[in-house]
Amino acid sequence: MKKITLFGTLNTMFIALFSLICTIPMLLVLMVSFTDEKAIQLNGYQLFPEKLSLGAYKLLLLGSTPLYQSYMISILITVVGTLLAVFITGAAGYTLSSRHVKYRNHLAMFFFVTMVFNTGIVPWYLISTGLGLRNTIWALIVPSMIFNPFNLFLVRNYMKQIPDTLTEAARIDGANDFYIALRIFFPLSLPVLATVTLFYGIGYWNNWFNAIMLVDNKDLFPLQFLLFKLNSEISMIQSMQRTMSEVATTLPAESVKMATAILTIGPIVFFYPFLQKYFIKGLLIGSVKE
Amino acid sequence: MSDIRKRKGVLGELLQNKAAYLLALPAAVYTVIFGYLTMPYLLIAFQKFNYKTGLFNSPWIGFDNFRFFFASPRAWEITFNTLKLNTLFIVFGTIAALLLAILFNELKSRLFSRIAQSTILFPHFLSWVIVSYVLYSLLSTEYGMVNRILEAIGMEPINWYSSPGYWTSILVGTHIWKDIGISLVIYLAAIAGIDESYYEAGRIDGATRMQLIRYITLPLLLPTVIILSLLALGKIMYGGFDMIYAIVKDNGLLYPTTEVIDTYVFRSLRNIGNPAQAMAIGLYQAVVGFILVYTSNKVVRKINPDHALF
Repeated sequence: MKKITLFGTLNTMFIALFSLICTIPMLLVLMVSFTDEKAIQLNGYQLFPEKLSLGAYKLLLLGSTPLYQSYMISILITVVGTLLAVFITGAAGYTLSSRHVKYRNHLAMFFFVTMVFNTGIVPWYLISTGLGLRNTIWALIVPSMIFNPFNLFLVRNYMKQIPDTLTEAARIDGANDFYIALRIFFPLSLPVLATVTLFYGIGYWNNWFNAIMLVDNKDLFPLQFLLFKLNSEISMIQSMQRTMSEVATTLPAESVKMATAILTIGPIVFFYPFLQKYFIKGLLIGSVKE
Repeated sequence: MSDIRKRKGVLGELLQNKAAYLLALPAAVYTVIFGYLTMPYLLIAFQKFNYKTGLFNSPWIGFDNFRFFFASPRAWEITFNTLKLNTLFIVFGTIAALLLAILFNELKSRLFSRIAQSTILFPHFLSWVIVSYVLYSLLSTEYGMVNRILEAIGMEPINWYSSPGYWTSILVGTHIWKDIGISLVIYLAAIAGIDESYYEAGRIDGATRMQLIRYITLPLLLPTVIILSLLALGKIMYGGFDMIYAIVKDNGLLYPTTEVIDTYVFRSLRNIGNPAQAMAIGLYQAVVGFILVYTSNKVVRKINPDHALF
């Protein structure tokens, strides 16, 4: 019995240590964002900095920085994109799961083929530019973001379990497919729709590929792309400083970068309990088929 | 009844269920545009493509774009890097996640297990851009924590961002750090699905903890492990753009160990501005990739048809 306890203790300690190691790099970013710029230049990035400072956040939040604009863009594309994407996916999921639709399996095949054969970024780029999406907000919403067949199959498999009798009863009462899909299937599929909402939402929030490919207009930069640019183009931070000369005398470049990263993570931390719950559900539906 | 339906034909069916088909229309339109209509563009790999003349009027040049690519030493370097990095991600990612899942399963406290899982899963939700900042805070030559520690223990600091030799390990480590939580959750679910009576029988026969793991847990996890690995193997020619471009960016010093097909295609398209050449490489990637998806799916189907993609 004693041996088991020793193993148990060591095991718990090991896992605690491992979790800590996973966390430290993120804590470091957080701490640097609150570190005084002179302390950084003297001691480097530290978990326990000598001198704390709110300078970076003041600069970012009080000045007329591109941060607000990018935040608005990110929120806009995440909300609008996710709503559209979930509706498109849910509606098609209804069609594919309805037994009275004769060609549902042909349709499923039609969606499936594009999942297997990936033509890569070149045709994707040529078509997106051909549609005139370059430097529009839709470039960040539509290409590769607004519909994913994997999610469609997730929704279809869930909706298939809804008993036919329900549909039949509604049909006899004179309900059409729109009504049945929106008023019966969607409410009954809330768990899977929540999972899919989360997949799309995370996808939109974290996406910077569409921006790097299709957007040059600074006013359209989503947060992640602003962050991407910030690290390589110091001029972006300098432009912030010019507007903020009265607040900051020296440019806290290092802590500003890290503070922007922290502000970008913010919403993910906020929604994390929800994210985790539905993400794990979706993951297990998707990978451990039963 | 079924006879009447059959006689109606395609149009009749579409009309009768028009509302249902209309509901699938947005997804279908998207799939036509960004799925099926992308396919003809594969042909520009054989053209001297020009944005003005487009797909229909650009001159055909046979295999010149391919010849140009395969003649350069970069072709083999980036193919090798792609296969090397993705294989290492799969192998080390699987081993680390399996070990961790077995240790997690031995935890007595449910609450502690859940807190630790939440902690380990968290980085998965971060974008690679964020991860690049996390990595930079560790490895930055001037301010990075790693170099400060090296200095503190009397070693020479290392200029990480100009030393390609370290980057295979750094990328593998970063990949595991970001995504181990996912595999952990899947493996823990698979372990939870194992019938408790196996363990009871083992314990009655006097098996030790190690023997239970060795002879019950691991063999029963094997199918899940194989299937996940094979599915990952199918995507081995792809992937890595988000990760590698966010971290390496246009830092040419690191290309020898970090440049993969995806980043190379991106550079030929966006930096050099030659879509036809980029397409030739992309086509090579797509064909090899498709063969790998097809083969790995076939193997999965042999092991367990339920887990096959198609």
